[in-house]
Amino acid sequence: MKRGGILTNAALWLIALFALAPLAWMVSVSMMAPGEASHFPPPLLPAHPTVANFASLFADTDMARYLVNSLILATLATAISLTFNVTAGYAFAKLRFTGRDRIFRLLLTALVIPAQVAMIPLFLICKMLGVVDSFAGVLIPSIASVFGIFLVRQYALSIPDEMLEAARIDGASEGRIFRSIVLPTLKPILATLATFSFLGSWSDFLWPLIILNDSSKQTLPVALANLSREHVQDVELMMAGSVVTLLPVLLLFLLLQRYYIAGLMAGSVKG
Amino acid sequence: MNREAAACGFVAPALVALGLFFFVPVVAALILSFTDFDIYAVADLTNLRFVGLDNYRQLLRTPLFWKALGNTAWFVVLGVPLSIAMSLAAALLLDSKLARFKGFLRTAYFAPVVTTLVAVAVIWRYLLHAKFGLVNWLLGGVGIGPIDWLGDPRWSMPAIVLFAVWKNFGYNMIIILAGLQTIPAELHEAARIDGASAWQRLRHVTLPGLAPVLLVVSILTMAGYFQLFAEPYVMTQGGPAESTVSILYFMYEQGFKWWNLGFASAVAFVLFAIMFALTLLQLRVSERWTR
Repeated sequence: MKRGGILTNAALWLIALFALAPLAWMVSVSMMAPGEASHFPPPLLPAHPTVANFASLFADTDMARYLVNSLILATLATAISLTFNVTAGYAFAKLRFTGRDRIFRLLLTALVIPAQVAMIPLFLICKMLGVVDSFAGVLIPSIASVFGIFLVRQYALSIPDEMLEAARIDGASEGRIFRSIVLPTLKPILATLATFSFLGSWSDFLWPLIILNDSSKQTLPVALANLSREHVQDVELMMAGSVVTLLPVLLLFLLLQRYYIAGLMAGSVKG
Repeated sequence: MNREAAACGFVAPALVALGLFFFVPVVAALILSFTDFDIYAVADLTNLRFVGLDNYRQLLRTPLFWKALGNTAWFVVLGVPLSIAMSLAAALLLDSKLARFKGFLRTAYFAPVVTTLVAVAVIWRYLLHAKFGLVNWLLGGVGIGPIDWLGDPRWSMPAIVLFAVWKNFGYNMIIILAGLQTIPAELHEAARIDGASAWQRLRHVTLPGLAPVLLVVSILTMAGYFQLFAEPYVMTQGGPAESTVSILYFMYEQGFKWWNLGFASAVAFVLFAIMFALTLLQLRVSERWTR
């Protein structure tokens, strides 16, 4: 029994090493002098830790701008997705309207269609609307999502009908009921949806790559992909760029882990 | 009625957005795939012609499409079982009564999942460097000669699989962990009393109990892996010798590098059809098994 415990825990820590070593290595190399990482055997720690790579990243490239772009876009995407998905999710769960269940089933069926199928016409629509190369264009696919509506609906089902009816009898409007009764009850799922939307927008790659050509509007992942093609040899600089890209999402995840995992569990039902 | 109007007010904005920016584009993509929509049509729509099934016919005659299909299939065949095996191993170990520091370990395993794909792909490109990479240094320690991971067409896809397993195993692990909680403890207890070994209990109690979860997880993972794109875009640019050109990478190049939007739409639909067929097949096979 004792030996089993040691083996189990050793295996667990080995997997943890596998999961974390690349991220630790990134942080370490980001603080090395230029060229230091390209030696054999590969150095694990910087000889003289320096923040010079971060300084040159922000001085010589437009990293600061891309960081701001990504922050603005992820924040807007989160706000928009919350507005549209929460009202719709609540309506699908608790309000009665013609064709409600039929429409909801149709939405769920649509989950089997990969988003990339829509991308080419979506690009042409954006072109017609004149939003290619703009933040509005980046945000268009994240306005409403079937997953978001589904997530909110499943949670909103647990709101007791009696509570809503009582408010209606008291003469509260539907808008008032939504604001003062529904939204407070939905708080945990709002946090879940917000975390998903923010992380999703922050990490999105293919769509921003398609819709943004103007380099001043690029997001961090798109800019990082371009930079890494130009600066193939500058390992230390690229690792500094990766740190800047990953730090916000890793911090956000550590803070909101509970909500993120809750959403993941609900999402796995969608298969 | 008043309440019906209010309900519509709540639901309509999201439905209109989904309709305009998802359902209309999907239908439009199908129509586009029957046209010769190209750079001239982008400039002037009167240049657009219907060509029937020509795009699909041409697709079947394009060697790079077959190559991309083969590459993607190889990535799925290698990547899905390895990813799920890793997730399953991590979940079983974490679920063990002997495990310590479970909360920390679970967070550590999940960290790669929330990372931004492009940023970690850049990291792995250097980790897999033939001369100075950490991976080859570690392998050298156990006597395995240096492998040119991203430069050798035989190793480029396995390298991307290794990266994908690292990035994704935490996701399925969480779902499998939840699945493990649903297996009644009495079943394990009964098997133990009957003298079943740990291995027999895993084989005859845990795995059958997990079957529905494993099915969901494998469908989700397969669907995700068919959409391989950013990894080759960042790590190999489709190379070496086109060994990492995936279906989506092919679609992206056709659509947004060469502006063959009609042809690229046909590629998108073929991808969709394959994923749909495989999902149905998996569901059918599992039905047969559970009966």
